Amino acid sequence: MTRNGSDAVTLTWTSEQEETFSFWLRGSSSSHDRGWAHLLPSSRQLHYGIMIKKFDKKDEESGSGSNPFQHLEKSAVLQEARIFNETPINPRRCLHILTKIIYLLNQGEHFGTTEATEAFFAMTRLFQSNDQTLRRMCYLTIKEMANISEDVIIVTSSLTKDMTGKEDVYRGPAIRALCRITDTTMLQAIERYMKQAIVDKVPSVSSSALVSSLHMVKMSYDVVKRWVNEAQEAASSDNIMVQYHALGLLYHLRKNDRLAVTKMLNKFTKSGLKSPFAYCMLIRIASKLLDETEGGHDSPLFDFIESCLRNKNEMVVYEAASAIVHMPNCTARELAPAVSVLQLFCSSPKAALRYAAVRTLNKVAMKHPSAVTACNLDLENLITDSNRSIATLAITTLLKTGSESSVDRLMKQISSFVSEISDEFKVVVVQAISALCQKYPRKHSVMMNFLSNMLRDDGGFEYKRAIVDCIISIIEENPESKETGLAHLCEFIEDCEHTVLATKILHLLGKEGPRTPQPSKYIRFIFNRVVLESEAVRAAAVSALAKFGAQNDDLLPSVLVLMQRCMMDSDDEVRDRATFYMNVLQQKQKALNAAYIFNGLSVSIPGLEKSLHQYTLEPLEKPFDMKSVPLATTPITEQKTEIAPISTSKLPEKLAPSRQDIYQEQLAAIPEFQGLGPLFKSSEQVQLTEAETEYVVRCVKHTFARHMVFQFDCTNTLNDQLLQKVMVQMEPSESYEVIHYVPAANLPYSQPGSCYTLVRLPDDDPTAVSCTFSCTMKYLVRDCDPNTGEPDDDGYDDEYVLEDLEVTVADHIQKVLKPNFGAAWEEVGDEFEKEETFALASVRTLDEAVGNIISFLGMQPCERSDKVPENKNSHVLFLAGVFRGGHDVLVRARLALADGVTMQVTVRSGEETVVDVILASVG
Amino acid sequence: MLPREPSLYTVKAVLILDNDGDRLYAKYYDDTYPTVKEQKAFEKNIFNKTHRTDSEIALLEGLTVVYKSNIDLFFYVIGSSHENELMLMAVLNCLFDSLSQMLRKNVERRALLENMEGLFLAVDEIVDGGVILESDPQQVVHRVALRGDDVPLTEQTVTQVLQSAKEQIKWSLLR
Repeated sequence: MTRNGSDAVTLTWTSEQEETFSFWLRGSSSSHDRGWAHLLPSSRQLHYGIMIKKFDKKDEESGSGSNPFQHLEKSAVLQEARIFNETPINPRRCLHILTKIIYLLNQGEHFGTTEATEAFFAMTRLFQSNDQTLRRMCYLTIKEMANISEDVIIVTSSLTKDMTGKEDVYRGPAIRALCRITDTTMLQAIERYMKQAIVDKVPSVSSSALVSSLHMVKMSYDVVKRWVNEAQEAASSDNIMVQYHALGLLYHLRKNDRLAVTKMLNKFTKSGLKSPFAYCMLIRIASKLLDETEGGHDSPLFDFIESCLRNKNEMVVYEAASAIVHMPNCTARELAPAVSVLQLFCSSPKAALRYAAVRTLNKVAMKHPSAVTACNLDLENLITDSNRSIATLAITTLLKTGSESSVDRLMKQISSFVSEISDEFKVVVVQAISALCQKYPRKHSVMMNFLSNMLRDDGGFEYKRAIVDCIISIIEENPESKETGLAHLCEFIEDCEHTVLATKILHLLGKEGPRTPQPSKYIRFIFNRVVLESEAVRAAAVSALAKFGAQNDDLLPSVLVLMQRCMMDSDDEVRDRATFYMNVLQQKQKALNAAYIFNGLSVSIPGLEKSLHQYTLEPLEKPFDMKSVPLATTPITEQKTEIAPISTSKLPEKLAPSRQDIYQEQLAAIPEFQGLGPLFKSSEQVQLTEAETEYVVRCVKHTFARHMVFQFDCTNTLNDQLLQKVMVQMEPSESYEVIHYVPAANLPYSQPGSCYTLVRLPDDDPTAVSCTFSCTMKYLVRDCDPNTGEPDDDGYDDEYVLEDLEVTVADHIQKVLKPNFGAAWEEVGDEFEKEETFALASVRTLDEAVGNIISFLGMQPCERSDKVPENKNSHVLFLAGVFRGGHDVLVRARLALADGVTMQVTVRSGEETVVDVILASVG
Repeated sequence: MLPREPSLYTVKAVLILDNDGDRLYAKYYDDTYPTVKEQKAFEKNIFNKTHRTDSEIALLEGLTVVYKSNIDLFFYVIGSSHENELMLMAVLNCLFDSLSQMLRKNVERRALLENMEGLFLAVDEIVDGGVILESDPQQVVHRVALRGDDVPLTEQTVTQVLQSAKEQIKWSLLR
């Protein structure tokens, strides 16, 4: 026997090795399996010993025994595998070597294809031995190496022999190993054996065949589906696992055939099953079917699920309760039985069951807090549970169901162990608090305290972000909490490792800080960031500083001094920002401040990039015009974070091009629409047909500076027709002029197509912003064979009347968010200010009035003025937008509630006509 | 909306760690953690969160983890957070009870390491590719069918017998 490590043999026997050896002997003296026979320093054994090397001191001291596998080396083990070729086979030693190989694979050791194939081929010789355990380990090795070694199929015949042989112990594992190395063609060769195995009376054989078939469905659906009858027979087996596996396979084969699934459910729900696992599977299938068919809760399927609440196995009862809880539109009455079994589980001695119960109750509490109130007492007992996950869930559930008076006590309880729970649950706690703040705004001081403590503790990014978001939402909801909230956040950024959070907070400080009674106290926190942090944070800090300087005259000199220092920064971006703000601030002009410091760019970034690129390609005499850049469609609204599912998404957030950027691309590709300028606004889709008619037509209105393009997305739902030359003819009610139609050439069955109509807006009357079009779709019909889609040779003209299409003032205005409305209001100035008062007689509440105005004008509410505080009789709504052609327009609407709502509208813009248009359309 | 697509694929991973958090056994059944590096990081996280408490269930990295510790071993069964926790518990209990029988109630690191092949075979009988194959420990132990200590004499060659006899004598002298 030659070996690479032959130098090991010639090594002198050092004292260290001696020690290792004697330890190894002591360590394994009780090992019956390996025996000490191999360990004496004969040449082979010496090699063995050196392979094991010296053990860690720690192992020796711990007394828990050493790990004989600890210092295994792949090359040495593979070397040893050569004894597989010795005759006769020594099962014991071969077994030990296979164990080592699998252990190494299990530790994540990488095996090269050549070495794996070599070991695999050597292993195949072991099939000659009749040692049971050795044979079983061969099966495992085959499965582990199936993807690493080449030519694994050479063991097919050995495995086929074992799977059909007399030894029951071999048959099941042989089937599983065989299916692991089989492909579709080979599967057909062993099909007969698989069918027999599925209906075999030995449960382990039947189960193995069923589960292996299930694995094969992905690869060879067509072959496996021929085994349905066998699976059906297996489903009536007495063995509970066979029953479960058969049901699983049957469902996978039939899941796309709803009728077959329904039949199967009927059969099994009537005959009843023995296996609790199979019951759980049935419940899942039933609830999925209920969901898909939108079956009412009087359906027999619902009755079945409910009846499972009375099953004697807890696993089934829980599955049923959980299925009911997860059903959409469940009423409190239907939930009650499920909730009461969960309540019972809350006092189970098994932690897993308590956990399952309280987690599910927590879900119920999100939608139906009242349904869970009955469990409050049981939940109270769980808040001291030794499993912190259970305690956390219990408390957060109680926070949702309990009364305002219990909040303080619960918060105290939870703060006692919040440091012990995992981040996932901390996020759950923060979400519960966030929900609570909306429910009981008066409790915000308690919450704020608690949140600030949590902010100080250790935690991952998700957790900190949840807290910061929660604090920000409290600040926005409760103006009186603003100062404490900002103070906590300032403290947090002093030691914050997450750039995203630091910049977010700096932005918030810049927005809110200057408007607090004592803005100067934030300057220190912000400037510290400039000194200590990374580039991104420094840049954000500079922007925040500039906002303080712009808003507060008395702070301006100091801010200018700080800016001066920032101009010395090592980073380009930071220097650029500082220089820019420095120069703007030195002008001391309100309008400049508003335009360049408070309310930044409102154009779409991809659009700006494209326009600039275009500009550099064709240098023009005139300077670049910002108004030619398309506006951002969805202004960055600070939406409240919804209660997200507790899972960490690993996908990075990408800046996707907006919907309007996509339209812009599509339209630019059509020659007729070149020269219209940048796309100003695209409306939402408007339905021009009733649901479920022959043709479905939706319209998107694209507004340009002087034109509009109507895009009709048409779908043909008739499979015996091919439509050609489809266009939509439009008759305007006003002086709008249709100048061009772009038809869709072909509209085959169920493939959407688009046709376009180009309309020129009236130049002479800029106030004519609204217009009604009557629309008719005209096309050539060619009947065709529904099966092949082959059309007849000739067709006939036909037309189809669509609903009228309205163009309103909102189509001419793009929403733009002005973070600081007051500054923008001053910037535009009162040159063209107009004011009028209206009475909205039909409107009953302020909320309704605000909603109506926003949707009518299509402008962006600023300063959160779209939310009307409760119990108020008057409200001021601020709206901002850009009118077609790039003119800023601002609206201030003062609303007062008496009998109906009285509204005083003030409009400001840089263009007089725009002001007139808005006032005229409101009137 | 429905996270619970009916399926037999219940188990995402089975792990056994020692009391330093090192991997003794790990089998992952899907691609939640595709690389060894991610797997080890997950195991480290799981160990840090669980080794001080004996609370048997937790939610980690969006997954449900049921666990059990004995002397110097930590057993974990991992499934999706939408999975029936009791099913995962059934797998964990079956694994533990099977090993307990196979190791004659001596469930600790040393004994386990000396019977790794028994562990490999047992897990193979309990979970196959993520599907629960068997949940009854009696059945598992029966199917693993580890043979007894003695090797049939017929399988040994005369020299092997002599060799082993010789070594046995040597060993008794050494002791």
